[in-house]
Amino acid sequence: MSATNGLHLAAEIGGPPHYDARHYVELARLAERGALDFVTLGDSFARPGPDALAVLSRVAPATRRIGLVPTVTTTHTEPFHVSSAVATLDWVSRGRAGWSADVSTTEAEARLFGRRSAAPAAELWREAGETADVAARLWDSWEDDAEIRDVATGRFIDRDKLHYVDFEGATFTVRGPAIVPRPPQGHPVTVIDGTGGPSQEAAARHADVVLVRATAPEQAAGIRADVRRRAAAYGRDPDTLRVLVALTVDLGDAETAPEPGLESGPPLAAGGSYYRGGPVDLAELIARWHRAGAVDGFHLTPITPERDLERIVNGTVALLQHRSLFRTFYPGGTLREHLGLARPANRYALAEART
Amino acid sequence: MTAPTRKQMHLAAHFPGVNNTTVWTDPRSKSQIEFSSFEHLARTAERGRFDFFFLAEGLRLREHKGRIHDLDVVGRPESLTVLSALAAVTDRLGLAATVNATFNEPYELARRLATLDHLSDGRAAWNVVTSSDAFTGENFRRGGYLDRADLPRALGSARTRGTPYTRAAEFVATARELWDTWTPDGTPRPFRHQGQHFTIEGEFTVPRSPQGHPVVIQAGDSPAGREFAASAADVIFTRHGTLEAGRTFYTDVKARLAKYGRQPEDLKIMPGVTFVLGDSDAEAQESAAEIRRQQISPQNAILALEQVWGRDLSSYDPDGPLPEIDPDPDSGLVQGRVRIGHQLAVAARWRALSEAKGLSIRQTVIETTGRQSFIGRPETVASELIEFVSTDAADGFILVPHLTPGGLDEFVDRVVPLLQERGAFRSEYTGLTLRSHLGLADPVGKD
Ligand SMILES: Cc1cc2nc3c(=O)[nH]c(=O)nc-3n(C[C@H](O)[C@H](O)[C@H](O)COP(=O)(O)O)c2cc1C
Repeated sequence: MSATNGLHLAAEIGGPPHYDARHYVELARLAERGALDFVTLGDSFARPGPDALAVLSRVAPATRRIGLVPTVTTTHTEPFHVSSAVATLDWVSRGRAGWSADVSTTEAEARLFGRRSAAPAAELWREAGETADVAARLWDSWEDDAEIRDVATGRFIDRDKLHYVDFEGATFTVRGPAIVPRPPQGHPVTVIDGTGGPSQEAAARHADVVLVRATAPEQAAGIRADVRRRAAAYGRDPDTLRVLVALTVDLGDAETAPEPGLESGPPLAAGGSYYRGGPVDLAELIARWHRAGAVDGFHLTPITPERDLERIVNGTVALLQHRSLFRTFYPGGTLREHLGLARPANRYALAEART
Repeated sequence: MTAPTRKQMHLAAHFPGVNNTTVWTDPRSKSQIEFSSFEHLARTAERGRFDFFFLAEGLRLREHKGRIHDLDVVGRPESLTVLSALAAVTDRLGLAATVNATFNEPYELARRLATLDHLSDGRAAWNVVTSSDAFTGENFRRGGYLDRADLPRALGSARTRGTPYTRAAEFVATARELWDTWTPDGTPRPFRHQGQHFTIEGEFTVPRSPQGHPVVIQAGDSPAGREFAASAADVIFTRHGTLEAGRTFYTDVKARLAKYGRQPEDLKIMPGVTFVLGDSDAEAQESAAEIRRQQISPQNAILALEQVWGRDLSSYDPDGPLPEIDPDPDSGLVQGRVRIGHQLAVAARWRALSEAKGLSIRQTVIETTGRQSFIGRPETVASELIEFVSTDAADGFILVPHLTPGGLDEFVDRVVPLLQERGAFRSEYTGLTLRSHLGLADPVGKD
């Protein structure tokens, strides 16, 4: 089993839909007080709720360090727009953006657009993978030092450091270059929920953070090893991947939870990754799984964000910090730095350097 | 407080960039992309009690002679995302995003705009543009955009010129249907739209937003564009920045409103204008001339010439005379920019001017392209702005500073107070929403 290093924690701040910014700002700030790596905000065209990417852009200037990861669906949105919007979130947050790529599988969603019928998930995930691919190419399509402001020659940019991506996928083509210069992180962080099924390959191939579902540390370790093996098969260094167990948590019973340190540990629902219990036992579970090298961290989805996130931060995280298992402050500024992921080299600059 | 005696003017701030208005060679010119630049300009506009902050859009980098154009500021963030972030650092300022109606879908865009309206407590605006060329289309997966909506125009048929507006008009109408679907007590109603361009149905995921409908702005100048604005827009963004052209345009556009059952005050006319201030009129004129020289560098002068001539003229001396050879109007030399007019006619005009005044290439370009609109000491500029508005050449202005992001500071510090003293511009915001700043009625929802 490959070793994990620092523990990574993330939390979902969606829930019943809210449309006022203050609600989301407060939750993100709460998570930031706990020094969490990032917050996610789920989204879909199928159910009430605001556009998640816009919400987290609104949150960006009201927070300082926390990573911001909206769900962005790829089925009905132009890849060029996806790439521009995510890059812009990275600019407005000064390097704290990610995106959780997802697909829209239902006929109801397709009818909102009226351009194509619903397609099988496998097909849509192939397309989502291509969207992630072209987005990364577009983020590279400006080299970091493309803007030169050379007064002598009158050139604002060095056009040799801008690149056409000329991407041809099965369902779309993009010429490039991007209109948004390369974002601060080089590539904003790509998150994909990759437990088995059709998103697995896209996750192994394109994700920086893979969310998986498991009910026991051994199972998590197996899935993690599998994800890493698949990533390696795509020529990736598996250490550039973070595997987080997705856990839905209900801390509503905190008052009646068993005493901390209980050997048996907290209960997990049989079929899914569902935790109900107290914040202290949640800390125990996190510590145990991480110590076992089963996961790089957890993505927690509180059942009731206002209540549970507060308990996560002031209970679970505080305890983990007290035991020196989790950071007490952000040593870096960008989401990649929180995750211990390097800023990707620019593929076009690399290609030039080789020739 | 006495009631304002004058017609009130509206002011908006354009974040410049991606053009040669921006004097990026000036040491005071900062980043065109960092959020701090957007924040500075927006906060300055709000300090000046402006109606809104405005972002243009381009979906493909411009090209010249088949290569990416490298002389002007280029690269920009995506509008709606930046504006959502700006909603966090401003309280009252309207936030206007230019978003193309060709390369987007109504459901998604209506949702993003409604979200911005919620996140900003009612300050969102959408500038509907229609650029639909195949060149831009290469960045978008569905060539179907051109097939379905814009092919006749792409093929250059004069009869169907303005065809993008049929998609744009249906797009805006569809967005309005979506914005109207929730009941006043906050439950979604199913909707169905069947039209020439869109057949969509389902449930909108965002409740009615504070403004009901975000403010709709139109930018486009053809008769079809004006008609579209008269039928569907709250604000029209124009390039007619002289008194005479402004009045003609104003009369024309306002006259089109009646047939849509609208009043003249329902559509605000706001030309995009530039300004140069100085301590005296003469000093301002001097800096204006210097700014023009910075905007039209020797390289930019040749480029402008090549755009009109449709030929490679890189061997010409920018300080020498205009070329003897004739333009090639069908070269397709320039990609991704609104055309400047019939090239042969433009070339003839440039030649005549150059010969009459003995001007070099660069001087000719400086003389003939985008000169500043308002130049002078603050009192002069304030008086001229007031004259434009009080004589119905405009309802207000979209100011395009030549420096980013500090180019609006001087205007807000020196001109705005004069406009306020003279009762031509608000001293405080009286309402919360952009609609209220613009004096526009809230759209009526459905019960
Ligand atoms: C003042 C003004 C500003 C414009 N700004 C943009 C812009 O930011 N992005 C864009 O794609 N098109 C822009 N356009 C182009 C218009 O959307 C439209 O495609 C063009 O003017 C052709 O339409 P017309 O024949 O009605 O003028 C602008 C046009 C005008 C007049």
